[in-house]
Amino acid sequence: MAKDQSNQKSGFCITGKEVFEAFKTSIPIMVTFIVLGTGYGLLLEKHGYGPVWALVSGLVIFSGTVQYVSVGLLSAGSFVMAAVTALMISVRYIFLSISMIGRYKDEGKRKWYLFYALCDETYAMLSHDEVPEGVNVSGYRFLVTLFDQSSWVLGSFLGGWIGTLIRFDSTGIDFAMTALFLTVFIEQWMRSGSHIPAITGVLATLACRLLFGPDLFLIPSIVIILIVMTVMRKKIESGGESDA
Amino acid sequence: MPDIRHAIIIIAVMGAVTLATRILPVLIFGRGEKIPDFILYLGRVIPYTAMGLLLVYCLRNVSVTGGSHGLPELIALLAVALSYIFRRNTVLSVIIGTVLYMFLVQKVF
Repeated sequence: MAKDQSNQKSGFCITGKEVFEAFKTSIPIMVTFIVLGTGYGLLLEKHGYGPVWALVSGLVIFSGTVQYVSVGLLSAGSFVMAAVTALMISVRYIFLSISMIGRYKDEGKRKWYLFYALCDETYAMLSHDEVPEGVNVSGYRFLVTLFDQSSWVLGSFLGGWIGTLIRFDSTGIDFAMTALFLTVFIEQWMRSGSHIPAITGVLATLACRLLFGPDLFLIPSIVIILIVMTVMRKKIESGGESDA
Repeated sequence: MPDIRHAIIIIAVMGAVTLATRILPVLIFGRGEKIPDFILYLGRVIPYTAMGLLLVYCLRNVSVTGGSHGLPELIALLAVALSYIFRRNTVLSVIIGTVLYMFLVQKVF
């Protein structure tokens, strides 16, 4: 934060006002992230990886869905499957990033942090251009991004820590991941014009699970999904994708 | 403690892929190059297919013929779906579903 910048409206500046407004904006996301992060931390701890793993994973990956899925792969998953699965889940970030290029173009080096820590929730808060009145936009964006990421990392560390501290029968805690994905699935279902992609995802994967058994079905599923999406493109696009 | 080296590589691989999806578009399209239509299309539809895939992935070890016949999963999924449809609150639905599922597998089935 250079002195000559702090007086300019377009520069980067953080005062109590930016902190307050960014915190206010982030509260709903922070609550969600702390709760879901705690679930992730507990799950990870149950699989034998303590709170430090949650911390490292939150900093290296920082994607709730990828991190939840990674838990099952940590001990013996194949690296190719890890890469393909991560790509499948993360491919949406390409579009979040692209649509933020214009907004972040004057952020200098801070830009790399903003893109690295861009997630669905932060995107939802920062991709409409309504910024609280009188705040420094750069400072505000940086803080919202930072608060969101911190609450996720903090929550997952907390979960791992609680897991080592309190011994309880955690059988079935894995279901937190299933429940989370189902809520996203329903949300997407309600928002999307064509349900073909969602249905293809379920049916192709189900068919491959029955055909290939519980260990090898992911990659064939992804191949089939890509083929179906390519072949059905016209039909899906005429169904009116409402999502941007 | 399981194989630490393997776990570190898995986190690194998944982290690198995730980071690439966030940073590469900026490096490639940061100067306003046109993004291929087909890529844009895939980016719109893949997230919808991915969530269906992940749901089945989560339930991959459920057996309909043996054990508890997938009943705890079915009941908990219904609770998640109904609570989410009526309240649209992710945290609430995840907590309801997980607590109910843990109760079902530990005490009932």
